Amino acid sequence: MTRTTAGLMAALFVCAGLPALAQVDLSGSWQSKNHEDALERGAGPNPGDFSGIPFNESGRAFALMNSQSQISMPERICAFYSQWHMMVGTFGEKIWNEVDPVTGKTVAWVVGAWEDRAPMTIWMDGRPQPSKNAPHSQAGFTTGVWEGNILTATTTHMLTGYLRRNGVMTSDQATMITHFIKHGDMLTLFSEMDDPIYLSEPYYISRTFVTAPTLMNSGGPPCVVGDEGVPEGAVPHYLPGKNPLVDEMGKLYGIPREAAMGGAETAYPAFRDKIKDKFVMGAKCQKNCGGPAGN
Amino acid sequence: MPMRNTRIETLGILALLATLLAALPALAQPARGGRGGAPATPKTAAPVDLTGYWVSIVDEDWRFRMVTPVPGDYMGVPMTAASKQVADAWDPAKDEAAGEQCKSYGAPAILRVPEHLHLTWQDDQTMKLETDSGTQTRLFHFGDWKPAGGPPTWQGDSTASWEGVAGGRGFGAAPGAGGSETSDPTGRGDLKVTTTHLKAGYLRKNGVPYSENAQLTEYYDIVKEKNGDTMLVVTIVTTDPQYLREPFIITSHFKKQANNDGWKPTPCSAKW
Repeated sequence: MTRTTAGLMAALFVCAGLPALAQVDLSGSWQSKNHEDALERGAGPNPGDFSGIPFNESGRAFALMNSQSQISMPERICAFYSQWHMMVGTFGEKIWNEVDPVTGKTVAWVVGAWEDRAPMTIWMDGRPQPSKNAPHSQAGFTTGVWEGNILTATTTHMLTGYLRRNGVMTSDQATMITHFIKHGDMLTLFSEMDDPIYLSEPYYISRTFVTAPTLMNSGGPPCVVGDEGVPEGAVPHYLPGKNPLVDEMGKLYGIPREAAMGGAETAYPAFRDKIKDKFVMGAKCQKNCGGPAGN
Repeated sequence: MPMRNTRIETLGILALLATLLAALPALAQPARGGRGGAPATPKTAAPVDLTGYWVSIVDEDWRFRMVTPVPGDYMGVPMTAASKQVADAWDPAKDEAAGEQCKSYGAPAILRVPEHLHLTWQDDQTMKLETDSGTQTRLFHFGDWKPAGGPPTWQGDSTASWEGVAGGRGFGAAPGAGGSETSDPTGRGDLKVTTTHLKAGYLRKNGVPYSENAQLTEYYDIVKEKNGDTMLVVTIVTTDPQYLREPFIITSHFKKQANNDGWKPTPCSAKW
C-alpha cells in the first residue's frame, strides 16, 4: 500500500466513524429529580385533581367514576404501569443500547424496567409496526428515530393505563411519543400522549433526570396479579354525579371545581381570567407541603 | 501494473469518501453566512429557529402556577432551612407596598408563569425574550459581551451560546458564530443561556426565595411533532448556595403560535 493510499484509508476510517456522532449516547443510570409535579410523581396526585388534562367528556366522565380501589382488581392491578409511568412515576431509569453482534450497530435502545413497569425497547432497525389488530401489551411496541441529537420514540399497542394516578385513563388506542434530549449530565424527556378516545388534544409533559452516582438495576420485579380482596366481578366505582372527592382541590387549595375538572382550556394562560374571581387562597398548607425535610 | 493498481485503489477510496461526505450534509456545508459569504453571526448560525410567539402549556405544577399557591406549600423545591424561614414570612401585601410585586417574575421563575413569549433578534448578537405576563424582557447576549455593571436586576445578565451548531467550533465554524465545544454535525442543536447578577426574588409566588447568589442555566430545545405542533422545551436549572440544597431542575414547555393571538401585556402582581 502506498503512502497516499494509507492516508486516504485513514481519512476513510475517520469519516466512517462520524455518523455515530449524530447519535447521542443515552446509556447510563439516570436519577429522577421530582422537583416538578412532586406529589404526582411521588406519593400520588390528590383525588379529583384533573387540572391541565385535555379531557374530552368521555375522559372526564370515566375519571369521575374511578374509585382508587379499582387497582385492587386483578384485572387492573397493573394498570399504573404503562409506559407512561416512565413520565409520571417516582423512579430513575437505566438506559442501554442493544447491538447487532456482527455489525456492532445499535438495533435498539432499552429503558429498563423499574417497579413493575415493563422495559421500553426502542427499535432502531427500521422494523415495521405490527398490525393495528396485533395483541397489545403492558410494554407496547416502540420504534425510534434520531432527529438531530434528539431521539424520538413512538409507542403504540399499549394496554389501557393511567395517565394520572387518580383515575385519568388512556385507552388502548393511545400513542405515546417521547423525545430524549441530553444536555451533559442531564436527560430531559418530553412526552406527548395522543388518545382519540379520552383526550381532545395532545397532552404534553416533561421531566428531567441527572446522572446517578451509582449503578441502577436494569430491571425490576414484574407486576404480579394478586388477590387483594376485591370480589370477583366487582368494579369499585362512583355513579355519575356521586363522586365525593370532586371538590377536594377546592378544600385543600381553594381551586374552583371547573379548574380541577380539567379540559384543554385549563392548561392555557387565558383560563386564569375565568377563575380569578372564584379563587380563594387557603390560609395555610395542610398536608404534603414539602420543605427542608424533604420534597 | 503496480502503478495502475494503485490508481484504481486510490480512485475507489476517493469515490467512497465522496459518498460518505455526501451523507453528512451538515459537515459538508458551511454554517449559514459562513464560507463564501458574510461572516457568520449567532443569528445566521442559529441551528434552530426560536423566534416567534409561544404560549405556555401549564399541565405540570398547576396549583403552583395557575393560581397563587397557599402559604407554606413548598412541595418539590429542595429548600434549605434558611429558605423556609424566609418563605414562611411571605407577605404579598408588604411586597406590593414596597414596589416588589415582580419578585416572582425574575429569570429563575419567569418561564413558569402562565404567559405568552415573544422571541426576536434584537441584533445579530442578541436575542430578546419578552413576556406578556409581568411585561418582562430578557436579553441573551452571544459572543464576548460584557455586562455594564450596576445593581442586580430581575432578569440579570445572560450570556448565550448555540450547542450543536452546524459547522460550529470543531467543525469549521466562523469565529463568533456562537458555537460551543459540543457541536453536532447534523445541524440540530439548542440554545444554552447562563444568567447571573440576579436581584433576589421568588421561585414560586408564595415566597420560596432565591438569593442574589443564584445562578441560572437554561437549555432551549425545539421539538417538531408529527401532528404539526412545534414545541419549545426549556430545561431550567437554578443553583443557589443560600436557599437550595441542590440544583432546582424543572422543565417548561411552550407551543408555537402562528401570530400574537392572546398576547395580553399584564403588570406583575404579588397576589395573583
